Amino acid sequence: MHKKTIAQLAAGLRSGEFSSIELTRACLERIRRLDSKLNAFITVSEEQALAAAQAADSIRATGRGGALTGIPIAHKDIFCTRGVKTSCGSRMLDNFIAPYDAYVVERLKAAGAVMVGKTNMDEFAMGSSNETSFFGPVHNPWAGTAVPGGSSGGSAAAVAARLVPAATGTDTGGSIRQPAALCGISGLKPTYGRVSRYGMIAFASSLDQGGPMARTVEDLAWLIEAMAGFDPRDSTCVERPVPRYAAGIDAPLTGLTVGLPKEYFGAGLSPAVGDLIQAAVGVVQRLGAQIKEISLPNSQLAVPVYYVIAPAEASSNLSRYDGVRYGYRCSEPRDLDDLYERTRGEGFGAEVKRRIMVGTYVLSAGYYDAYYLKAQQVRRMIRDDFIRAFEEVDVIMGPTAPTAAFDLGEKTSDPVQMYLSDIYTIAVNLAGLPALSIPAGFAEGRPVGLQLIGDFFAEERLLNVGHRYQQETDWHARIPRGYE
Amino acid sequence: MDWEAVIGLEIHIQLATKTKIFSGAATAYGAAPNTQACAIDLGMPGVLPVLNEQAVRMAVKLGLALDATIAPHSVFARKNYFYPDLPKGYQISQYELPVVTDGELNIELDGSVSKRIRIIRAHLEEDAGKSLHEGFEQVTAIDLNRAGTPLIEVVSAPDMRSAKEAVAYMKKLHSLVRYLEISDGNMQEGSFRCDANISVRSLGESRLGTRTEVKNVNSFRFVERAINYEIQRQIELLEDGGEVVQETRLFDTGRNETRPMRTKEEANDYRYFPDPDLLPLEIEPALIEGVRKTLPELPDAKRARFMLNYGLDAYDSTVLTASRALADYFEAVTAQCDDAKLAGNWVMGELSGALNKAGLDITEAPVSSEMLGVLLQRIKDNTLSGKIAKEVFEAMWNGEGGADTVIEQRGLKQLTDCSALEAIIEEVIAANPNQAQQYRAGKEKLLGFFVGQVMKATKGQAHPQLVNELLQKKLGA
Amino acid sequence: MSLGPSQVREIAHLARLAVDGNDIPAYAENLSRILDFVEQLGSVATEGTAPLAHPLEMSQRLRADAVGEEDQRELFQSIAPATQDGLYLVPKVIE
Repeated sequence: MHKKTIAQLAAGLRSGEFSSIELTRACLERIRRLDSKLNAFITVSEEQALAAAQAADSIRATGRGGALTGIPIAHKDIFCTRGVKTSCGSRMLDNFIAPYDAYVVERLKAAGAVMVGKTNMDEFAMGSSNETSFFGPVHNPWAGTAVPGGSSGGSAAAVAARLVPAATGTDTGGSIRQPAALCGISGLKPTYGRVSRYGMIAFASSLDQGGPMARTVEDLAWLIEAMAGFDPRDSTCVERPVPRYAAGIDAPLTGLTVGLPKEYFGAGLSPAVGDLIQAAVGVVQRLGAQIKEISLPNSQLAVPVYYVIAPAEASSNLSRYDGVRYGYRCSEPRDLDDLYERTRGEGFGAEVKRRIMVGTYVLSAGYYDAYYLKAQQVRRMIRDDFIRAFEEVDVIMGPTAPTAAFDLGEKTSDPVQMYLSDIYTIAVNLAGLPALSIPAGFAEGRPVGLQLIGDFFAEERLLNVGHRYQQETDWHARIPRGYE
Repeated sequence: MDWEAVIGLEIHIQLATKTKIFSGAATAYGAAPNTQACAIDLGMPGVLPVLNEQAVRMAVKLGLALDATIAPHSVFARKNYFYPDLPKGYQISQYELPVVTDGELNIELDGSVSKRIRIIRAHLEEDAGKSLHEGFEQVTAIDLNRAGTPLIEVVSAPDMRSAKEAVAYMKKLHSLVRYLEISDGNMQEGSFRCDANISVRSLGESRLGTRTEVKNVNSFRFVERAINYEIQRQIELLEDGGEVVQETRLFDTGRNETRPMRTKEEANDYRYFPDPDLLPLEIEPALIEGVRKTLPELPDAKRARFMLNYGLDAYDSTVLTASRALADYFEAVTAQCDDAKLAGNWVMGELSGALNKAGLDITEAPVSSEMLGVLLQRIKDNTLSGKIAKEVFEAMWNGEGGADTVIEQRGLKQLTDCSALEAIIEEVIAANPNQAQQYRAGKEKLLGFFVGQVMKATKGQAHPQLVNELLQKKLGA
Repeated sequence: MSLGPSQVREIAHLARLAVDGNDIPAYAENLSRILDFVEQLGSVATEGTAPLAHPLEMSQRLRADAVGEEDQRELFQSIAPATQDGLYLVPKVIE
């Protein structure tokens, strides 16, 4: 059962081949048996899962239910789940039982999906390797010594290891796509505003966007259809009809123009990754697409812009963790400042503190214009590069990450080196565009991801191209050894 | 040396919306602690702000009334600082692009002189919660019910030159927001709070001196005292060769003095930046025009109309238009009795006196405008003398019913029946034969004695003029 | 841009973060590295380019002024570190 995709599982549930209870039990059993090698889960919510599965089975029994009714999923521990610990990978929220569900959680619940647990992640989503989690690093199912990527590393590893058919993730600078690439699964970062951020713990509000992670693009289509929608509780959520994403994935690619930004194939890209991406481009070309070289001239500025804007927003977003109303509180504070400083000093890990300090600095008096305002200006230039590119092409293709998964500990000593692992994903968040990462082969046994970037709200197009590609290839169907 | 004070006020006004500026929690005053603080007000993880339309409309209304510019595009920013009554660690406010700019407010000084005070800006922001220090030993207790209540902060130019002017400005703005029905203006409950920026300079100097900010002076009386104290303190400091330190001070109402604040403001690096959870506020002309249609007659226009239409003087017009409710009351009474002067005198005299004594607002007066109007009608149709009318008013105030009921029940109707009066007068003359004789002999000032005797006999209800006429006739005979 | 230990302490205080004295040099080095890295933005010509705060240039949606939240104090305070009589408690604050 664990090898089946959502589409296959839904068929099995519909035909009565197995029940959601059986399916959920099987998932819980695999998590129990295999997660000790991965550390992909922070919380396993067995009781709630079985109750939800039972409810899904009753719905199925009456002949109702949709594509996700009874399908087990895992939520990144950044999404608030009512009555279930929501830690955000931090000691700060290790004791935080959320009093409400995030919009994404609500929607997937309403669609009948069964939450089996909460996945590990970089602390407050700040990281590209899952090594900043208070709950310890996640291991890549393809190589135990390698990182799974981050920040949605637990979700990626859990899906890749077939512990769950799908999981949610969030993407602020590549946090869905980069771990999807490094773990050999598919992940979609939707257009900014497509999925409500309500109940999704904020890292950088103008960049954060939740999205699905699964093994196939078709599964992503089912998931995003349930997750997207208008939510009046998020001012930045767009009021716009949700397409029936899964309905359009089979469309032919003839007439499609694909842009390859020359900046995404230059120095810094591992040759092995570059070759695999070129091969993937060849597949799409054979399916009828036109290939065109384009330029995104400000690409190299995306990472520095991001490391001004994201920490600035984060420094303010994380001020609410002060030990007063919920979460960690230091023991026996002497006075108010001591309460604040020790609570936050002890509750946050080193990378989070580093980013809060960078953000505090760039917003402080005398530096705002030089850093923050400047970064916002360059942000516009980066977005405008994409707008110009989409006048010529329908989809942009390139690598998701410059290398396959690196080893645990390899980049922890130099934050800037770590930040550069997101060099191809960050610009998409700055511009607010949708992008997809799908498996495109292996370099020395570790998965490599192909990134497809679309115009605003062109998720349908991305899913269509990704799905057609997966009809021609089987990279997404490979299973890591030990998890067959 | 002669000194001049320079004063600017920042007034925080709570808007009378039903819900918070960024959440759907209620804003009612006096609820049990933290029962009106929802997840958004508490700064829980992952929750997001959505702007209250009514707060925007109220800001536009105030902007129009201040003859200000309504920004078509304004931006919410975060003001970052740590304080226990500020749950998110930042206050959502407006910084570089406020919703209202460049307005003005005219204040009246000594009745007829008026002065224009410029309004630099007015911006929307959220209120903080409350820290309770008293009644707790080692701790401070936090109630976040107030957190997220919509405020509009009105910032004046440093155009005021005395505590008196500052108070006049504050009263005028207070009256205006109540006219507009955008705030209840309740100062005890903190709906209308004032921070004063005060500096002094030698008379004739054009540069501004170093200012201090006196925080949270929340009554007209305290504002006057705090500003006067602060002006005097700064003058004495400078005259002794000292320097004014730019700082925030608190007014101690017990000691009638200001002292430096010990916490909160030390660093003052608020790291303002646009709130990424909120988008720019775009105000369409249609919204502005819609709000304009709801604008009531404003105090200045009403005052001018009172002078022109009712023939009232400047002072009376200012007093009667101080609040919309008072002005409405006066106009209703006038309509009923058709005598603006009489109505004005009664509203400013008996009625205001009774309200003051009872500590009541005009809206809580036990004597309605209609009741007062009927009473004044009874004076005009000679049913009552002015003196008896006061007795009737008191009875109405105490709940004995309308004027006619009171007159009936207490038998206070003025005696205007000639034959009945004649009989009484004859009795009085018969009872005082000596005085009658003296009067007839030419001691005419004894008429007053007889009038007094008749009024006594009629318990004051006789119509005085009629008594005069009849007495002269009878005594002359 | 290179930050010294005293600047790191100042920033840490502004952000209310207790940082162990032994860790200050490491923070100073890492923060300086990050700031050096973002410094390259300084040389980009941005005259006349408006800052972009949001990827989608939309305007703020307005919410009707209707009460939509009920009292959940008990639930919210069940996860609070210190409360008494419905109030949150912090160390004594002196104004």
